[in-house]
Amino acid sequence: MTVAALPTTSATTSVTSASPAEGAPVVLENLVRQFGTARALDGFSLSINPGEFVAFLGPSGCGKTTALRVLAGFEKLDAGRVLVDGKDVANVAAQKRDMGMVFQSYSLFPNMNARDNVAFGLQLRKQGSSQRRARAGELLELVGLGEHATKYPHQLSGGQQQRVALARAIAIEPRVLLLDEPLSALDAKVRAELRDQIRALQQRLAITTVFVTHDQEEAMSMADRVCVMYQGRLEQVATPAVLYAQPNTAFVAQFVGVSSRIGATRHGDHVEVLGRDVKIRGDASHAPEGELEVLLRPEDLDVTLNPTGLGVVTHRSFLGASTRLTVGVGGANVKVDVRSSDADQLEIGSRVDVVVSARDVLVTTTRPAS
Amino acid sequence: MVTVATEVIVDGGIGELPTDPSRVRLPKFRPGRALVLLVAGLYFLVPIIVAFKFALQNNQGHFSLAPLSAIPSQPGLAAAFWLSTRLAIMTVVISMFLMVPTVVYMHLKVPKLKPLFETITLLPIVIPPIVLILGVLPAAPLFLKSSPYLLGLVYVILTMPFVYRSLAAGLGAIDLRTLVEASRSLGAGWFRTLWRVLVPNLRSSLLSAIVLSVALVLGEFTMASLDLWETLPVWIVNFAQANGHITTLVAMLSLVGTWILLMLIVSLDRSQSRRNLKRKQVS
Repeated sequence: MTVAALPTTSATTSVTSASPAEGAPVVLENLVRQFGTARALDGFSLSINPGEFVAFLGPSGCGKTTALRVLAGFEKLDAGRVLVDGKDVANVAAQKRDMGMVFQSYSLFPNMNARDNVAFGLQLRKQGSSQRRARAGELLELVGLGEHATKYPHQLSGGQQQRVALARAIAIEPRVLLLDEPLSALDAKVRAELRDQIRALQQRLAITTVFVTHDQEEAMSMADRVCVMYQGRLEQVATPAVLYAQPNTAFVAQFVGVSSRIGATRHGDHVEVLGRDVKIRGDASHAPEGELEVLLRPEDLDVTLNPTGLGVVTHRSFLGASTRLTVGVGGANVKVDVRSSDADQLEIGSRVDVVVSARDVLVTTTRPAS
Repeated sequence: MVTVATEVIVDGGIGELPTDPSRVRLPKFRPGRALVLLVAGLYFLVPIIVAFKFALQNNQGHFSLAPLSAIPSQPGLAAAFWLSTRLAIMTVVISMFLMVPTVVYMHLKVPKLKPLFETITLLPIVIPPIVLILGVLPAAPLFLKSSPYLLGLVYVILTMPFVYRSLAAGLGAIDLRTLVEASRSLGAGWFRTLWRVLVPNLRSSLLSAIVLSVALVLGEFTMASLDLWETLPVWIVNFAQANGHITTLVAMLSLVGTWILLMLIVSLDRSQSRRNLKRKQVS
């Protein structure tokens, strides 16, 4: 199963010319949503700029899908406001919000072929039959499925169905495009290709887009900004690069990218870790004095082979250009990336020296468990 | 799916056919199953054959088609048949208008109430029809008491278990929430979502609900009799005292009529599936 590349010819141009000129700004203000005793959204706030692609990232149950469904109008709020284009849409029904949505499960109408699915929203907007057909055809061309217009959903692969769903969602020229884990049911290769297509399409059409995912790679590779959520709250929202390099909290550091926890001792704005004095990254005022834990990325550490070293290689994972080693040191396991060409001699059981090569490190707010 | 594929081959090869005939799997003969099928077949067919035999035999034991030609001229039959037909149509229309939105709403918004709803829909089976009609008659307003359509309203309750179960099975087979939300996000209100998206995808279960309802109404005797309306079953019972041969034949013909209706509806459903297969081949 392959995903055709996005066409860049006349079809694309004609659709672009008929596409929404500008996405709408979205403001989520102090959203609260309670399900029984569980609080799915607990004062969640976020501003999204027009035409921006924001990914909601977080573990299961963090409230990211609830936030999206609140924005779509499928979930009611216990408190808070949702502003689209400056207007509160709390009392606007889902069908009147002008938001295109692509769902996690296949959502094409089984009784309609691909073209009719795409034209469904246009028919509701009183467009004429020929106009609808033409527009639906253009959009199917845009997602590379022009030849499949007469096929029914059960005749399309999963990736094709999601592309038709995408065409259907953008056909109505939505003010906001909502993507609820649309790639999670697809296999890895199709997922990667469709990811690029969605991003390219969103940039071309400049639709304000909210993308929900639990896959950090998806979020980091597609979004302008990634909003990390945890327990119904916003942990951090930033560009993927900032999120990775400067996580505000230990949760973000651990959820985004790979990091290892290891014990350290704090002295003012420095910590002593693995025998080296390193500056604390960001604001250290919240961290306890004395014993605490630091979070180290694999690239924050260096290892060198040393028969009398304190670290022992316990695991190796070949990642292509680099190899990830797990090294037991100081009662903890840390992950370290080395070039694969240098990894040959670092076999499991080898003794190594582990040093912190980064200029600063992130500290947790909690003391290590004794 | 196997059934469809077999039919496709018989019909001259549409859809995705296996190129190697040896790959077409025929059902294996199993003596145990054949015996069960035979016994069940005899259980259902013998009474029907015997009834037909009785209906078409005269007092001397000779077969004759005279009772068949005498049917149209029987007094009261046409009126009884027309009344039963009207009641069947009324029951189906009211039942569909009430049950489809209700069951969809319940599955979507209050799925926790499913067990309660299932219990309620079972009540018409548990409560004997005689109790139901004797309970309804004193409570019904006068204008309904004098109208046969009171029966239609009661039949809506009577058919509820079958309609509910057919619909529930259909709704269980589709991703209801996603389809509804997809439709609404595209701008469709509840009515349009129901009519354009859900009803076409519930076609099979709706057809089965309609067939069961029609069959039930065409065969219901107790309520119609107590409400003093001469529907087809009531006419059959009343007329049996005058001519047992003709009433048995009418009863058999109504059975055959229901079968034909059932076959028609099922074949309509299958022809839709075949059209889909043809479209698949063309595209």
